Amino acid sequence: MQVPAPFEYERATSVDHAIALLERLGSEARLVAGGHSLLPMMKLRFATPEYLIDINDLHDELGYIRVEGDEFRIGAMTRHRELLESDELAAAFPIFRDAEKVIADPVVRNRGTLGGSLCQADPAEDLSAVCTTLDASCVIRSSDGERVLTMHEFHRGPYETAVEDAQMLTEIRIPIRPNGSSAYEKVERRAGDWAIVSAGAAVWMDGETISDARVGLAAVGPNTTGIGAISEALRGQVPTEELYATAGGLAAEASRPSADSRGTEAYKRHLADELTRRALRRSVARITGTNGQEA
Amino acid sequence: MTVTDNPVASFHDNDQHPVGFGRMLRKEDPRLIRGKGNFVDDVQLPGMLHLAILRSPYAHAKILGIDVSAAQAHPNVVAVITGADLAEQGLAWMPTLSNDVQAVLATDKVRFQHQEVAFVVAEDRYSARDALELIVVDYEPIDPVMDVRKALEPDAPVIRDDLDGKTDNHCFDWETGDAAATDAAFAKADVVVTEDIVYPRVHPAPMETCGAVANVDQISGQLTLWCTSQAPHAHRTVYALVAGLPEHKIRVIAPDIGGGFGNKVPIYPGYVCAIVASLVIGKPVKWMEDRTENLVSTGFARDYVMRGEIAATSDGKILAVRTNVLADHGAFNGTAAPVKYPAGFFGVFTGSYDLEAAYCNMTAVYTNKAPGGVAYACSFRITEAVYLVERIVDCLAHELDMDPAELRIKNFIQPDQFPYTTKTGWVYDSGNYEPAMRKAMDMIGYDELRREQAEKRERGELMGIGIAFFTEAVGAGPRKDMDILGLGMADGCELRMHPTGKGVLRLSVKTQGQGHETTFAQIVSEELGIPPEDLEVVHGDTDNTPFGLGTYGSRSTPVSGAAAALVARKVRDKAQIIASGMLEVSVADLEWMKGSFQVKGDPEKSVTIQDIAMKAHGAGDLPEGVEGGLEAQICYNPENLTYPFGAYICVVDIDPGTAHVTVRRFVAVDDCGTQINPMIIEGQVHGGLTDGVGMALMEIIEFDELGNCLGGSFMDYLIPTALEVPDWETGHTVTPSPHHPIGAKGIGESATVGSPPAVVNAVIDALKPFGVRHADMPLTPSRVWETMQGNHTPPI
Repeated sequence: MQVPAPFEYERATSVDHAIALLERLGSEARLVAGGHSLLPMMKLRFATPEYLIDINDLHDELGYIRVEGDEFRIGAMTRHRELLESDELAAAFPIFRDAEKVIADPVVRNRGTLGGSLCQADPAEDLSAVCTTLDASCVIRSSDGERVLTMHEFHRGPYETAVEDAQMLTEIRIPIRPNGSSAYEKVERRAGDWAIVSAGAAVWMDGETISDARVGLAAVGPNTTGIGAISEALRGQVPTEELYATAGGLAAEASRPSADSRGTEAYKRHLADELTRRALRRSVARITGTNGQEA
Repeated sequence: MTVTDNPVASFHDNDQHPVGFGRMLRKEDPRLIRGKGNFVDDVQLPGMLHLAILRSPYAHAKILGIDVSAAQAHPNVVAVITGADLAEQGLAWMPTLSNDVQAVLATDKVRFQHQEVAFVVAEDRYSARDALELIVVDYEPIDPVMDVRKALEPDAPVIRDDLDGKTDNHCFDWETGDAAATDAAFAKADVVVTEDIVYPRVHPAPMETCGAVANVDQISGQLTLWCTSQAPHAHRTVYALVAGLPEHKIRVIAPDIGGGFGNKVPIYPGYVCAIVASLVIGKPVKWMEDRTENLVSTGFARDYVMRGEIAATSDGKILAVRTNVLADHGAFNGTAAPVKYPAGFFGVFTGSYDLEAAYCNMTAVYTNKAPGGVAYACSFRITEAVYLVERIVDCLAHELDMDPAELRIKNFIQPDQFPYTTKTGWVYDSGNYEPAMRKAMDMIGYDELRREQAEKRERGELMGIGIAFFTEAVGAGPRKDMDILGLGMADGCELRMHPTGKGVLRLSVKTQGQGHETTFAQIVSEELGIPPEDLEVVHGDTDNTPFGLGTYGSRSTPVSGAAAALVARKVRDKAQIIASGMLEVSVADLEWMKGSFQVKGDPEKSVTIQDIAMKAHGAGDLPEGVEGGLEAQICYNPENLTYPFGAYICVVDIDPGTAHVTVRRFVAVDDCGTQINPMIIEGQVHGGLTDGVGMALMEIIEFDELGNCLGGSFMDYLIPTALEVPDWETGHTVTPSPHHPIGAKGIGESATVGSPPAVVNAVIDALKPFGVRHADMPLTPSRVWETMQGNHTPPI
């Protein structure tokens, strides 16, 4: 058994209480939600917080998936399993269910949360890529009030976010747009492993042409990456294999992978290309009702 | 599903229970699956303290000084011990199982990352671990030797400067076979194929990590050691020889063990530290390593860099196999193998084929990696041998453009050639290879699969069919040839029948999950005709079992299983004499009817074994010269090893776009001779096949050039899950061992040995359109893709 260093434990009863505890306990305090990233790091003593503030009792307050106006709002304490099982979410954004099916295993999914995943800011993290793809925004609350950031603003670097001391991520907002669909493609060494590379795509169509498209990649650079050049290249175009290839090429070009035990740089760049094509193809097929197989 | 309140009762009511051999649920499972097992970490003793080990962050560094004062000042710390402290007692070094020495705690320098440097004993596990961070060690780093190919370069830093006169990193040389005859066979061959084949370092990663609880009684001097040992008797003797403790004052108890796979054969520094701590402090001390410690410091497996060469005629008659091996033994030679076999049983690299000649030349070296070498169900290096020959035979099939099944069948040792002496001197006891191969081909539909493959290749789809045919050599071993540290590899067994006809069977071997409590009860059940549940199997406690060398190398059934059958026959022989008195006939007039003796020709006159047991303990006279009681003891010295074999066929599909490999089907036909409990055999095969998929596709313990171990957690060291493996399709043939009392051979490691080449051969077969003949394990998506790009030695 790996044992963590000593720490103090507090249990928050509301978001306001959690923020008050963060303010009082200072920069050595950490929130723990599902704990599937933080606790292993503590057991390995890579993380040695002095205080843990358990926010699992906040699931009532922050565990929700609902539509408000023209956006989906998902509470930061919504667990993977709830994201996986939400038919409403899957109907609007199939990418969520695609991704959740390949995130870790049922034990982790029962406990891990959307907010925890995003705040971990691992460059290979799946939901960060999903949120980037869907142009999500993040609501961060402090005692001064709320601010709303784009994913780009939220992610400052590997394992680093815009959430400062005495602040917490409370909600993710995703704009709903008509005639769109989405998909997620991931290659992993083994079920439940982090992605070697993964690609999310979201496409919106106007008749036969693509009105807008977004691609988000994971594990090919310091951060999950939305690729603007792909959106530009796809807008106004009729989807074809050649177009997907162009997008794949742009994805590979935009990738800055590093070699590690999951793969070589060249392989990861290849996957960025291949998985971008697949994710776009599947997204379009979901809109047009075709099967999305290789042309 | 109905839930019963008394599963033990329902288990006993199961009318499928055999008397003797056959399928039956495992006797040990009700306790294990209900969480009622008793593992080392479950042992709690009054006043017990906890030990944690400080490990080196460097792979190679001088120790200039250690300051333990802050750790000693920790309020919950009882003692802090360094290598210097142990050296004062002459305990800083201990022998390995291969006549090398290994540091218990480093004194002069550290020789691999995570080597043991000091330990803390504290009142609880958390404090012990916290105090490790208060120890300050002054290291002076030395360049590490991490690449086995560079270990013998003249300017390589000398790792083992503790050994007198050591000026290089050479560990040992070893050869087998006939070099000249092999050269001659190669010279006349039409085809010679050479391939460099690496079997990377992997780790057995048992679910339960290693650990011990040591308790030295200050009055009697008795040491009781609960520990994760696959060989409690051998461990006890080694402790006696090393520490000078009187052997009768040492009791080693291996309670329930959560997987061994060879990982729990060696004696680890942690066990010794726990014993020393209890001796010094006078209280029980527990040490349980954590997952990282297990992966980075305990017995690894493989790390063989092999050049395989095969010579054949143009029509596919294999003439000879030759191999040159560079063996990486890590910082200390901690291989556990019989003394005369420094490379284990690698000599069976000639495989299942009738050759003219064979030769192997091996150089073993030290590197700055953790010691070990035989673990992970390798049957003393047969894993490496089988991988080499089954890979190189496939390379030959590739060059000859021959079907790999046909090539194998053409070269099999024929049934009438058994017992067959190989060109490296191994005497295969029995075999009948072609029917096993044909059966596997029938089960999987080989011809149809080849047709499907041809169609798919037309469409650019990647599908591969891989074959491996292996012969194992298990059941070490005959005492004339085999010993470990001077201890002969025989095994004892003791059977005591109670008056009511129930019995207790005491074994020298020890299960780590293989099901001994069931299998061994069934062996005696078969011999005495009593239900298996009437027999209690006792094992793992040196005070309560006869001497023997333990469970590894698939030796339990070949050696101890034979002992169990023979001890039961001894009891039966005595029972027959008592029965003759009871029935008032001569012994020769009695007939054994599996459970009773009957007067020949008179079925009305018989006595059951239970009647006889009562008579043996009861009132009235026994036949003249017969003592009361019904029990026997034996020490079984095997005449030869047993040679199980198997035909494995694997089908894979590879996504051409991502290079991701999916194992679609896997057929395993095993022949382990007489089958005792087919369900347990299938379970062992399933586990080994899963191991094989893991090694072939994902498992590797890697190091960076600084010597950092990159496989220190299950996030980095991947083992397969149910999602990576297909539904296993198993079959069997039965070719009994001629020298084993019940004709049984070992099965525990067959699938681990046989499956990696089947999976790799399937992947390589799928890549044939790319001209690929070989790629090294693990065949991760990255490595497969790089291979498809023509990069034949991709780094990952």
